[in-house]
Amino acid sequence: MSGLASDLPIVFEEVGIAVGNVTILDRISIRISPGAPTVLIGPNGSGKTTFLRAAMGLLPPSRGRITWGGREASAPTRRAIVFQRPVMLRRSVAGNLAYALAAAGVPGAEREGRIADLLSMVGLAGIEERPARRLSGGEQQRLSLARALARDPAVLFLDEPTASLDPAATKAIEDIVQTVSSRGVKIVMATHDLGEARRLAGEIVLLHRGCVIESGIANTFFAAPATEEARRFIASELLL
Amino acid sequence: MHTSRTLIAAIAFSVTALVPGGAQEDKSIVLASTTSTQDSGLFEYLLPIVRQKTGITVKVLALGTGQALDTGRRGDADVVFVHAKPEELKFVAQGESLKRYPVMYNDFVLIGPKSDPAGIRGMKDIGKALQAIKNKRASFVSRGDRSGTHIAELDLWRGAGVDIDKDKGAWYKSIGQGMGAALNTAGAAEAYVLSDRATWIHFKNKGDLQIVVEGDKRMFNQYGVMLVNPGKHPNVRKELGQRFIDYLVSPDGQKDIANYKIGGEQLFHPNADDIGA
Amino acid sequence: MPGNVSALHLVLTGDPALYAIVRLSLIVSISATLFAALIGVPLGALIALTGFRGREAVIVVLNALMGLPPVVVGLAVYLTLSRSGPLGRWGLLFTPQAMVIAQTVLVTPIVAALTRQTVEDLWVEYRDELTAMSVGALRRVITLIWDARFSLVTALLAGFGRAAAEVGAIIIVGGNIEGFTRTMTTTIALETSKGDLPLAVGLGIVLITIVISINALAWGARRAGEYFAG
Repeated sequence: MSGLASDLPIVFEEVGIAVGNVTILDRISIRISPGAPTVLIGPNGSGKTTFLRAAMGLLPPSRGRITWGGREASAPTRRAIVFQRPVMLRRSVAGNLAYALAAAGVPGAEREGRIADLLSMVGLAGIEERPARRLSGGEQQRLSLARALARDPAVLFLDEPTASLDPAATKAIEDIVQTVSSRGVKIVMATHDLGEARRLAGEIVLLHRGCVIESGIANTFFAAPATEEARRFIASELLL
Repeated sequence: MHTSRTLIAAIAFSVTALVPGGAQEDKSIVLASTTSTQDSGLFEYLLPIVRQKTGITVKVLALGTGQALDTGRRGDADVVFVHAKPEELKFVAQGESLKRYPVMYNDFVLIGPKSDPAGIRGMKDIGKALQAIKNKRASFVSRGDRSGTHIAELDLWRGAGVDIDKDKGAWYKSIGQGMGAALNTAGAAEAYVLSDRATWIHFKNKGDLQIVVEGDKRMFNQYGVMLVNPGKHPNVRKELGQRFIDYLVSPDGQKDIANYKIGGEQLFHPNADDIGA
Repeated sequence: MPGNVSALHLVLTGDPALYAIVRLSLIVSISATLFAALIGVPLGALIALTGFRGREAVIVVLNALMGLPPVVVGLAVYLTLSRSGPLGRWGLLFTPQAMVIAQTVLVTPIVAALTRQTVEDLWVEYRDELTAMSVGALRRVITLIWDARFSLVTALLAGFGRAAAEVGAIIIVGGNIEGFTRTMTTTIALETSKGDLPLAVGLGIVLITIVISINALAWGARRAGEYFAG
């Protein structure tokens, strides 16, 4: 919507996040700018999920600060997130979307139309009345994506959206992500599928043990990684 | 449909539920009386007549005599109607009521099993009968609830020369409940039990039980009625309460009491005019 | 057994005395459950969703109160409503209203504790998503209560079952007065002790039927909930 200040760039300044004594993110300084998708990669436990939540605004940093478009506290009205294991509300498919639209302030009269658009965008048209929790894993992931898109976000965070999906469902999700990106939505996505990273990324960020090891334009990163860890990770070696 | 009407009634009722004063009848009194009086069926017969003749709706709390008097002491009843003269006189002496009115009497009967283990059937002397029960250790059920019947029972043991507190054993079963329950227990345990005649006639589960001793003058049971002292409890409905008492002791009320019969047998004998009663 | 035959006769021919007793029982227990819901559901939701010092202790106490002995509740309410007691002025003792009050006290902890558990469990599930959708506090509570409605209905049915089956509280505060405060359970107690079994057995039949119906409804509610819970 016009008139609202943009959330981009999202800037992490020396951000540290600890839970109890455990440091999850360690002095991260990075800038997420508008444009092609930013893809986070790294081994399990490297802090990708925490990073996404922090960037979304769900997790305040223990040290350092995060700014959205230069503002330190920014209501997440134009940001949306799809969690790794999305939770469907105990309602129908259409009910879930209606809820997300209402929460985003969309007036009642408009909702039906938007629901139809969103469902066809994610390929779930025709099953409006089905209880959302009876959908397959892939369908739930797509519905979760539709819910996030219902907020008409400028920035869309996705946490390993295809992690538990079969190739067909994975392709469906990736296609939607690319469509959405081409419409101008900034995508920030975590994945541990290097192939997916190659397919979707404009920019790569490699996380390991809570630190940014390397970041940069995807082509450059894959062709000529600057750090030893990056090289080993791309070669599918285990980073310990 | 029944269920939706009940549901609506429930909701409407809920709304009035916490209004102070609630939905109480305007012309009603709370009468604390005994379970044996209620079990005898007297109230079922008499209260509609009371309502017709005085316009008063009487709500009966059927308790043991002790409980009935305590309810009066708390001011939770307007009128007390029991059959334990010493306790009633004490009630007045304590200032809980201003006056006791005698109303009627019935008598107690000793009930026992057909097998009659103590061999007392047909005896005319209740004292000798109770002694036999104690000597033979025959099973005996006591109400044990501080009721008028219980107090009368204790008096009869004393009169028979038996110190029941000392001499009781496993044969003496004190159940702490009303007359109906005591009769049920006696029937099930093949035991003796002291009952008021009215409850006995009215009792539907006699089984093997029968009257074994009756007619001894010591077994007469006097009823008295008292208005709870309005000076002590301002909430007492004194006009309605007094009007109820006035009806009970009036010739009209006394005749109605005498007319209560089961199987042609009169249960209560009015004696409001007997000053010493 | 003759008792049973005439009991069935009373039930099936709609004996007015019997059904007046049934009506009063239902009115008292349904009213109490409605009040318990009005108090217990918001209370349970509040405890589920807010953090405060001593929260754990409150939850333990609330769960323990589910097992309040009815006679103890009856005694406490009796002493409160007695004319010699603090609320004696209201003259509520020995009335159906007193019975509603006593049963409300009995049922509210059940509704509150079960609501707390249900809402808290659902909040754990929904928390991320509702936060991500920037749903405000009041809306959250409404969403949780609505989406958990089948479990909450089950909780209400449990409360109603408790109320309908108990005799200790209402016999003390109601006085078991004929024509005014006699319910199914108090009448069964009375008639049994009088040795008058047909009415007691007839009421027992009706009461068991009601209990079975409640359980059937609860089962239905659970199945309906499962339809959406997937």
